[in-house]
Amino acid sequence: MMEKKFTNPQLEEVFDLIAEAIDAAGEDKRALFLAKLALALSNIIGDPAAVRRAVEAASKDL
Amino acid sequence: MHQPETTPRASIFYDYQIHPFVRPPEMDGRAQTAPVVIVGAGPIGMLTAIELARFGVRSILLESELQVSHGSRAIVLTRRSMEILQHAGVAGPFLRKGLQWSQGRSFFRGREVYTMVMPHDPDDRFLPGLNIQQQYIEEYLVEAVNATGMVDFRWGSKVVGLTQDAGRAMLRVDTPEGEYDLPAQWVVAADGGRSAIRRMLELRMEGRSYAGNFVIADIKCDIDLPTERLCHFDPAWNPGNNVLVHRQPDGVWRIDFRLPDGETAEDALQPDVLAQRIESVLDMIGQRKPWMLDWATVYSANTLTLPDFRAGRVLFTGDAAHLLPIFGVRGANTGFQDCDDLAWKLAFVISGLAPERLLDTYSQERVQAAREICEEGGKSTRFMTPPNQGFRLMRDAVLSFSLSETFANDLMHWRTSRPHDYAHSPLNSFPDDDAAFDGGIACGAPMRNVKLGDDDYLMDRLAPGFQLLLFTDNAVTTGQTAMIAAAKAAAVPVNSVLVAAAQGGALNGAADLVIGDAQGKIAAKYAAPPGAAVLIRPDGHVCARWRAADAGKFATALAVACAKKDAA
Repeated sequence: MMEKKFTNPQLEEVFDLIAEAIDAAGEDKRALFLAKLALALSNIIGDPAAVRRAVEAASKDL
Repeated sequence: MHQPETTPRASIFYDYQIHPFVRPPEMDGRAQTAPVVIVGAGPIGMLTAIELARFGVRSILLESELQVSHGSRAIVLTRRSMEILQHAGVAGPFLRKGLQWSQGRSFFRGREVYTMVMPHDPDDRFLPGLNIQQQYIEEYLVEAVNATGMVDFRWGSKVVGLTQDAGRAMLRVDTPEGEYDLPAQWVVAADGGRSAIRRMLELRMEGRSYAGNFVIADIKCDIDLPTERLCHFDPAWNPGNNVLVHRQPDGVWRIDFRLPDGETAEDALQPDVLAQRIESVLDMIGQRKPWMLDWATVYSANTLTLPDFRAGRVLFTGDAAHLLPIFGVRGANTGFQDCDDLAWKLAFVISGLAPERLLDTYSQERVQAAREICEEGGKSTRFMTPPNQGFRLMRDAVLSFSLSETFANDLMHWRTSRPHDYAHSPLNSFPDDDAAFDGGIACGAPMRNVKLGDDDYLMDRLAPGFQLLLFTDNAVTTGQTAMIAAAKAAAVPVNSVLVAAAQGGALNGAADLVIGDAQGKIAAKYAAPPGAAVLIRPDGHVCARWRAADAGKFATALAVACAKKDAA
């Protein structure tokens, strides 16, 4: 289980921010945008093991 | 000629009563200017009439129909609404009929993924929610309005015209016997979401409307589930959409679900289409039982508000002033707070106890509240009914994570309506004295209840008007004595309440009310040391407080709270 690092207002802010960016990217570029976002966040984290844990968590229950 | 429906509405559980139209004196040439005409006898209009009567102000209440409204509509009342109803002296029948509750459970792919117990302080008299059909809300308020003996309740009376100048408004009223003119010093527009008054004044609301239609269906069914908020996200029978289930009194259940995009209200309400979906919901919650439909309707979500609730002699309240999303039970509960803010101000202005500009603070406070609710309710709405693909995808990601992770679960929080904090109200004063307290209830915040004994709470004891809470250990200070005298002499009603740390017996008669607080519960909740004073507005919001009582400051604060003076 991942530790919750955000306060609820931060969680809401990030939710809205990404939702609006997905729409701004447009339907045909949505997957590309999300892949780039994942890469950018991975780079910011700078820890391949942490990225692997995130990939595993995100892969469940699709 | 206005021809309201004279047949009682159909319902399988509620017996509608017809209230006949009675020819008013204006139709026989006996017109006089009423201090207040309230347009619309929904919950908000009626509670406004009741609260005005408690301050000695008569009103005329116009309702275009001859019976209470159709369907269960606003079913959930919040704790704050119950406190407002109690203070207006009408909570009794609501408590006897309603079902109180405090938690909600959310399901996804058949698993319970989020449970939220709404905060409940043992000092609160009422649980966070109370479910009751709007027919009962209105029935009990009709009885309470008539019991005041101060409200001229005019059924079958539809407003068809409105003009106004600086001195008064003139309403044109259509009735089953023809039209008449009704002059009024003030008009309260409580005529609902499709307000005719708002249209006549050509006022536009600001904000946004959300795509997506929802069906509400009330069924009578012997469902074996507790009273709680039940939410199912993305059920197999209604992919991508969600379903809410709420229990109501009389074995009636509210089922609420979003329609697939593009489906019209007309299609969704086809009996066979609706029946099949109701069966799917009953299957989903494991309650396949016989049922009967009482009422169904379609709605969509809005976060819209007028930018000003005052237009000359006209004051807007409830849905006439704003259209708020159903998520978080914002409609009637926001409206009750509107009329609780408005009623004392309007009563004081009409009685000559306060200048007209006090009414502008009603608009300031409640427009600010409506805007904050639009912002907050918008978040719930974007989660419950994603307006576009970005929000839908993010919502789906949160739901998917909810099966294995908890970090994003609070996005499923439904942000229930709560009392607004008027921290920036121009009616607050002495901010330095306010800041000198270490906690407690700050200026602008709603007062908090305190349990004093079995079936005995602080708010039970408060009479209409301002409350001046004075905290004492064994001796009333000179400043407090001067404050009590000033409260007694004030033109507006101020109840002086001594909160005595010692058993209050020796102090009896020293103030309007003496409350023994031997355990120091009230003093602790208000963070008030002996000698302190807290001034609370008639709608229950703190507007000034001092660690040491001072009659001069009290007089200033009272004048500020009545808009007679600018804030100190």
